[in-house]
Amino acid sequence: MADELETITGNRGLRIEEPLIFEQNTPGRLGVDLPEPPKVKSRLGGLERKGPVGLPNLSEPQTVRHYTRISQKNYGIDSGFYPLGSCTMKHNPRLNEKMARLPGFASLHPLQPVSTTQGALELIDTCATWLKTICGMPAVAMSPAAGAHGEFCGMMAIRAALEDRGDARKRVLVPESAHGTNPATAAACGYAVDTIPANERGRVDLDAFLAKLDDDVAGIMLTNPNTCGLFENDIIKIADAIHDAGGFFYCDGANLNAIMGRVRPGDLGIDCMHINLHKTFSTPHGGGGPGAGPVVLSEALADYAPLPFVTHGENGFDLVEHKNGEGAKAFGRIKGFHGQMGMFIRALSYMMSHGGDGIRQASADAVLNANYLLVQLKDTLSPSFDGPCMHEALFDDSFLKGTDVSTLDFAKAMIDEGFHPMTMYFPLVVHGALLMEPTESESKETLDQYIDALKGLTARARDGHAAYFHDAPRLTPRRRLDETSAARNPVLRWTPPVDEAEAAE
Amino acid sequence: MRYLPLSDADRSQMLAAVGVKSMDDIYCDVPARALLSETIDLPPHQGELEVDRAISTMAAKNLNAAEAPSFLGGGAYRHHVPATVDAMIQRGEFLTAYTPYQPEVSQGTLQYLFEFQTQVAMITGMEVANASMYDGATSCAEAVSMAGRATRRKKAILSGGLHPHYRDATYTISGLHNMDMSIAAPNFSGDEDLISLIDDETACVVVQNPDFFGHVRDLTPLAEACHEAKALMIVVVTEIVSLGAITSPGEMGADIVAAEGQSIGNALNYGGPTVGLFAVHNKHLRQMPGRVCGQTTDTQGKRGFVLTLSTREQHIRREKATSNICTNSGLCALAFTVHMTLLGEEGFTRLAALNHARAVTLADRLSGIDGVEVINHTFFNEFTVRLSKPAAGVVETMVENGILGGIPVSRLYPGVADLENLLLVAVTETNTEDDMDALVTALTEAL
Repeated sequence: MADELETITGNRGLRIEEPLIFEQNTPGRLGVDLPEPPKVKSRLGGLERKGPVGLPNLSEPQTVRHYTRISQKNYGIDSGFYPLGSCTMKHNPRLNEKMARLPGFASLHPLQPVSTTQGALELIDTCATWLKTICGMPAVAMSPAAGAHGEFCGMMAIRAALEDRGDARKRVLVPESAHGTNPATAAACGYAVDTIPANERGRVDLDAFLAKLDDDVAGIMLTNPNTCGLFENDIIKIADAIHDAGGFFYCDGANLNAIMGRVRPGDLGIDCMHINLHKTFSTPHGGGGPGAGPVVLSEALADYAPLPFVTHGENGFDLVEHKNGEGAKAFGRIKGFHGQMGMFIRALSYMMSHGGDGIRQASADAVLNANYLLVQLKDTLSPSFDGPCMHEALFDDSFLKGTDVSTLDFAKAMIDEGFHPMTMYFPLVVHGALLMEPTESESKETLDQYIDALKGLTARARDGHAAYFHDAPRLTPRRRLDETSAARNPVLRWTPPVDEAEAAE
Repeated sequence: MRYLPLSDADRSQMLAAVGVKSMDDIYCDVPARALLSETIDLPPHQGELEVDRAISTMAAKNLNAAEAPSFLGGGAYRHHVPATVDAMIQRGEFLTAYTPYQPEVSQGTLQYLFEFQTQVAMITGMEVANASMYDGATSCAEAVSMAGRATRRKKAILSGGLHPHYRDATYTISGLHNMDMSIAAPNFSGDEDLISLIDDETACVVVQNPDFFGHVRDLTPLAEACHEAKALMIVVVTEIVSLGAITSPGEMGADIVAAEGQSIGNALNYGGPTVGLFAVHNKHLRQMPGRVCGQTTDTQGKRGFVLTLSTREQHIRREKATSNICTNSGLCALAFTVHMTLLGEEGFTRLAALNHARAVTLADRLSGIDGVEVINHTFFNEFTVRLSKPAAGVVETMVENGILGGIPVSRLYPGVADLENLLLVAVTETNTEDDMDALVTALTEAL
């Protein structure tokens, strides 16, 4: 009897129902104390706001409690294991946050005279030097704001270099295992996308690639290690072939974490590669950004890097902000101001903390953790490919055959076990993919617990408990959500209830 | 190394479990000549204290706007951010979460995105907003690309009052191979005529309000002319606090609002990261780029939130997506939302009134200085003054006296004779009477 009764409030202990801020509005409440504005003659030209904005009024304690409560409905790296493949969910050191908040950076205006921002330019230059050294590349464009923005930057540099030699081309080759951003970027840069199939070993089919090469191919966009978690062992041949055909090699650097300190992309023949500072260099994902996507460039592309960039001038560091002098060949500008300064600080703090030795150890640990998962799970789940993996272990859904449990159901059951699910249904080249990326931040104990959970759940699925999986997750603030109706009848903002709206009129 | 939990014993045990002798056996697919056997040439790992010291030394070489009277705007504004904002965004549950692809364990992120979208829609006077873009400049570029898709036309008209970085980013992202750009000359007097440039090929007109030089304009006639020609009016706002005082772009007839949200909740950060705002009306919803959060219910009938309309996006549509954007500015959007929640209706409108009053006071004081002419008839918290000599040199002289006295327009428009003597001056609630006294003195001495 006692177990059947619900709570009076609908709250369940630490799990508290929290309305929207708009549902907590009480006119007269304030969350800030601002002085009374002095009376002046308005210079708004008669364009004063006529009606209310409609914002709710809350006090400071209500605001703190509101955002604290809803934060507790989130899972983060700080909460537990987050093996989301292709996203590199590693520890986010708090030192980095502290450094980014130093007033000398946080309160610095982007258009101050450069004589007053020498420390900021030094930091950008130092961060750039570390990135160039790790990648073995001569140049880096720092301004892209995220991975996809970096892809755009790299492909535009390629485009500018080709046009500069009077050789505009029309096609970009993209493997079918690529991140969705790759074909979207190629299209955004005005190129037709030509898809290359994968071979049975999960790598680019070299013959199919060579067959597509001609003098109309601007370049290839290849992720390495690739999205199947494998190193493209023909990569130098691919680089040589694309160069022989007069094209360029764009590398998607999303998986740099597997090779940093062990393999330099520059030694593989790459012309440009974006680096997700929010993956490899631990700047926080923040629930979807902000990120940063600097792009390392080869000698052949360096002159086409976008504005602005830092140079060493006669009186210290300088900023090239216009398309003349050193910036004459820049392909343009892709963002306001100078890039994601806050992320450069965090990334540099991470790199300096690790040092050359720590960076080499971190990639090894990330790869070792993934291989440990692969080996421990190979007889329970179904690995997609033979041989060791890089920093991600990829499985298909054949181990679930005949259980009536899908990859999605299985992942949702992982949530009830206290883990964030792996990446599902990506890459597309594997049926019902489960892509796990443990990163170097995980201990062996965490991996062992995770392995036991996966084994236990697999046994449960095979024992015919499909309904258990279909109902999962059951222990979360919300159960499965109706995504179909959300898309069919979009409700993208709060609107006042009808009677309240009428009362306001 | 403090960030790495594996011990040497763990590593040996795990290598044995994997069935290899060393890591090189695992890196067997790497071409031998590319596999490094030694540590790359970088300094060794360091403790917190040493890293803190090195980075703090760099920070100390800057003159920051918190320690000097500062009157810089030009698309980045220093406002007071309540302490609560940073405490909330540093909660690990927000800070260290990924994009909310698993809604059952991401209701925190999703709920604040829903609140953010609602606040942005309300402030801009539009029906819906997305979950943020990288910054205002990229928002503007995406708006122009979107207008091309929505109207199936190729011509975009860019106002001469548009921030030059927005103009350049839009030209690079949307103009090089997608849209034809008609870019008006810099217009510092606030009287340009864009209506006569509109024709039946025009997809959109991009206009900033208040504009780069600070002028506040009624955009209703421009909106009417756009709609007459079946073109879209894109309104750019670089100082979002202005919308607490000025008629919203939506009320003036905007079809797309592309704005910078840095002023609310976010520090200057030397220009990044910030948060791009993007708002439209329902009829253009499915042409909108970027992530969107929507309301739905779970299997128990309880209200919840999910990312929705993803069939527009790159991970589903690949080369046919509305944009290649993936990561956006989630945490900056949270900072915006927490700050805006603290402000509320009362606080937001009062903050705007305070900014405007300070700017009016300063403009009146500056216009009393010999060799200074305030150009603007209208402005919000930023205006342009014409000096009796080139502004860049005057700014450098003021810096020697420890004052960040404004932005020389020539920094953004180099080599234009008409603009050489123009100085942009911004004032916010953070500027004190003492700051204004210091500026008046410094400017008087520098001229």
